[in-house]
Amino acid sequence: MTPEAPITDNEREELRRQGIMLTSLQEIYNWGRSNSVWPLQFGLACCAIEMIATATARFDIARFGAEVFRPSPRQADLMIVSGTVTKKMAPQVIRLWNQMPEPKYCIAMGACAISGGPFKQGYNVLKGIDRFIPVDIYIPGCPPRPEALLNGLIELQKKIRGEKLTGPNAARHLRPDGPGERLVPEFGEHDLNPPHDPEVWQAPSLPRKT
Amino acid sequence: MENLEQIRDRLLARFPGAEVTLINNPGPSAQHSLLLGLAQAREIALFLRDDPALRLDYCSNATGIDWPAKEFTDVVRTPVKDAAGATLRILEEKTKRVTPGFLEVVYHLYSMEKKHGPVVIRLRTGNRTDQVTVPSLTPVWRSCDFQEREIFDLYGVNFEGHHDLRRILMWDGFKDHPMRKDYVAPDDYEWEPTPHGAVLEKAKAHYPAPPPATVP
Repeated sequence: MTPEAPITDNEREELRRQGIMLTSLQEIYNWGRSNSVWPLQFGLACCAIEMIATATARFDIARFGAEVFRPSPRQADLMIVSGTVTKKMAPQVIRLWNQMPEPKYCIAMGACAISGGPFKQGYNVLKGIDRFIPVDIYIPGCPPRPEALLNGLIELQKKIRGEKLTGPNAARHLRPDGPGERLVPEFGEHDLNPPHDPEVWQAPSLPRKT
Repeated sequence: MENLEQIRDRLLARFPGAEVTLINNPGPSAQHSLLLGLAQAREIALFLRDDPALRLDYCSNATGIDWPAKEFTDVVRTPVKDAAGATLRILEEKTKRVTPGFLEVVYHLYSMEKKHGPVVIRLRTGNRTDQVTVPSLTPVWRSCDFQEREIFDLYGVNFEGHHDLRRILMWDGFKDHPMRKDYVAPDDYEWEPTPHGAVLEKAKAHYPAPPPATVP
């Protein structure tokens, strides 16, 4: 198990064609994990309907090993934030995220979960779940089609397969500083307190063009 | 169904001393309404529900309206004339008056039994700050329960006699009433690529324009 395999991927493919299976612990570990991503079963808004459609026979998320929607966060690997996160709902969503065991991943599905979407200028919608939870995959759309969710899942699988087990670039759940509970905001008098987790999200400081 | 004038006259005959005012809607919808005084509103509502000719047994909708204080300028023009009667100039006298603000609750009533409606009734609070109590009509129409809680939450109207008056959409510790005209949302602006309108004003406050590039 070395960070850099001594043979290249092309050589390994060539060996496989000749009937010699050569693998690394990292590869087989990630291969297993990426093909059994179990999502947490919860929906927040209309995106959840598309998520349900993705689980049906026509789109069949089972082709990617992610059909086992778990009703308990303790058995889930993936949180699909499917819909509008209101400020009243946000602490509960973050609490669910904290109860999921590492390794865990988050997909922000749809415009609302990414940025607040059509409710961005409103007073009661969180302007993106990435203000509190580290998001791995963003899927735009209002709501995204089931194909888009499947594409997001495939991208997440690619990301999982590319994760390192050791070294400074190791996956988050293997680093001593990586895992940890995220901050659960409290209900303030006018807004959530704090309105975003400064460890996870900072307002972009882009200069405005004249 | 009898028209609103007839209903008003019947109410005034039935409840002597009650305040019932007909408010005309000048718009094309012409949904005129009855403004009820707060003192007898509950009795009048019960009468509207139980009267055999009206039987308004179903309240389909209750909503709130915020009317902030409005400033008007009245202009009085008096022509100044000379001895011959010709107009020299016109004196303009401007007086400002402020109509006090208030909150309003609107109920839309239908009759399931008689298949008619809607009859629109309104209740008005004294002002927008401390006299914001109106009698709850939930004891008359059960369907007002959640909607009155929503009005309490978003407009800050206090319903006297409601059996479970709590916030319904915002959390309990929330202090503001977001549907009021003077509500200011928390300032959690985020950079946007193409701001315009009110968002541009926010963008100017958060991301001031860079200083003009100095050309050597």
